[in-house]
Amino acid sequence: MNKVVSIDEAISHIKDGMTIMVGGFLGCGSPHKLIDALVEKGVKNLTLICNDSGFTDIGVGKLVVNKQIKKLIASHIGTNKETGNQMNSGEMEVVLVPQGTLAEQVRAGGVGLGGFLTPTGVGTVIEEGKEKIVIDGKTYLLEKPLRADIALVAGETVDKYGNIVYYGATRNFNTLMATAADTVIVEAERVVEVGDIDPNHVVTPGIFINYIVNGGEK
Amino acid sequence: MDKKEFIARRVAKELKDGDVVNLGIGLPTMVANYVPKNMNVSFQSENGFIGLGPAPLEGEEDPHIVNAGAQCVTILPGGVFFDSVTSFGIIRGGHVDITVLGALQVDEKGNLANWMIPGKMVPGMGGAMDLVVGAKKVIVAMEHTVKGNHKIFKKCNLPLTAAGEVNLIITEMGVMEVTSKGLLLKEINPEYTIDEIKAATEAELIIAENLISMEI
Repeated sequence: MNKVVSIDEAISHIKDGMTIMVGGFLGCGSPHKLIDALVEKGVKNLTLICNDSGFTDIGVGKLVVNKQIKKLIASHIGTNKETGNQMNSGEMEVVLVPQGTLAEQVRAGGVGLGGFLTPTGVGTVIEEGKEKIVIDGKTYLLEKPLRADIALVAGETVDKYGNIVYYGATRNFNTLMATAADTVIVEAERVVEVGDIDPNHVVTPGIFINYIVNGGEK
Repeated sequence: MDKKEFIARRVAKELKDGDVVNLGIGLPTMVANYVPKNMNVSFQSENGFIGLGPAPLEGEEDPHIVNAGAQCVTILPGGVFFDSVTSFGIIRGGHVDITVLGALQVDEKGNLANWMIPGKMVPGMGGAMDLVVGAKKVIVAMEHTVKGNHKIFKKCNLPLTAAGEVNLIITEMGVMEVTSKGLLLKEINPEYTIDEIKAATEAELIIAENLISMEI
C-alpha cells in the first residue's frame, strides 16, 4: 500500500459534479498546492464545503474566481467579492451556515451520527425548514450531517501511513474533514517515514487518509 | 481620544481576572489593548486557539498563526491550539465568559443583527451566531449611531444573528443594560445630555435611578 502520490494523480480522483470538502480558515491551513492543481485541471460544477470562500487570490477563493463551484456551503463569504457577485447573479448557490454548526455537521458526517441538536440559529432565518426539538424546556434545531466525495486537507508533518501532526492554527476543519469523505487527500508540508512521529503527537490517525501528496517538494 | 478608543476602554472595564473572552473583528479587537497589566484574561480565537497574543514584530510573522480576520498574531505561553469542533464546543458550551461584538442593529429585547443586509451586503455569520448564543455575557460595542441614523431599536428589522441574547450595549454615549423591562441607561458620558442620547436611540430608554458618569 503506497499512499504517497503525485499531486496530479491525487487530483485525478476529482470529477465534474462531485462534492468536495476543503480544510482551512481564510486560507490558513488550506491545501494550497492541491487547490492550485484543481484550478489548473478545471473540473466544474463542484459542490464545495469549506469554512469560508477565502480571498480571490488565496485558498478556495481561486476555485470560485475560476467558476468551478456550482454550490458553496460555508459560514463566511465576505472576504471574496467574487462569491457575492456569483451569488447575486445566480451563477452559484450559496448556503450560509453558522460556523459551529458547520463544524459539527462535518464531525457528525465523519463519526456516524444522524445529526445533532444546537441552540444556534433559533429565532433566526437559520431555523427555516428545520425541525425544532425541545429538551428540558430549551429549544434546539436538528442539524443533519455533511459528507463529501473527496476531502482535501493539509497537515504539517505527515508520515507515509497518513498520520498527521498539525502546526499553529491550521487544524480548524482539517481534522473533521479528514473523517467525512469517501476519499481523503492530505497535502503535507513534510512527509516522513512511518515511526518517525511520536504516536502521542498524532492528531489525525492515518486510517482516515487515502492519499498523501508532498507539498514541500519544489 | 476618538470614539472607538473610548468605547474599547470602557468595554475593557467589564473584564475580570480569569475571564475567557472572544473579541469580534474591528472595534472589539481594540479592547485587548486596554486590559490592566496585572489582570489575567485569556482571549479565544474562533479559528482555533486560546491565548491570543498581540501582533508579532515585523519579520516575525508566521502565516500559520492568524486571528479570525486572517491577520498574523501570536500565541502566549500557556496557549493551546485546537480544531473547529473544540473551538465551537468552547463557544457553544458556555466556556466563554464574555463575547464582544459590533452590531448593525440591536434592540431592547436583546436581539442582535450583524450578519447581513438583504440585497446589499451578505458577508455571512461566521462564528457570530454561536458566540452570541453560547457566551455567558454578550456585549455589543459600537458607535451609537451610523451616519446620524439609529442603530438601537425597539425591534430590529434586519435578519437576526440571535434572539434575546445581548446583555450590555456600550457606545460613546453611554452604557445600557438589556432588562426584562427594556433598555436601562446605567452610565452616561458627561459630554452628552440624556435628551441627546434619547434622540439618538429609537428604543425607549429607562433612566437608572442611580445613573452615573461613564468613566474609563
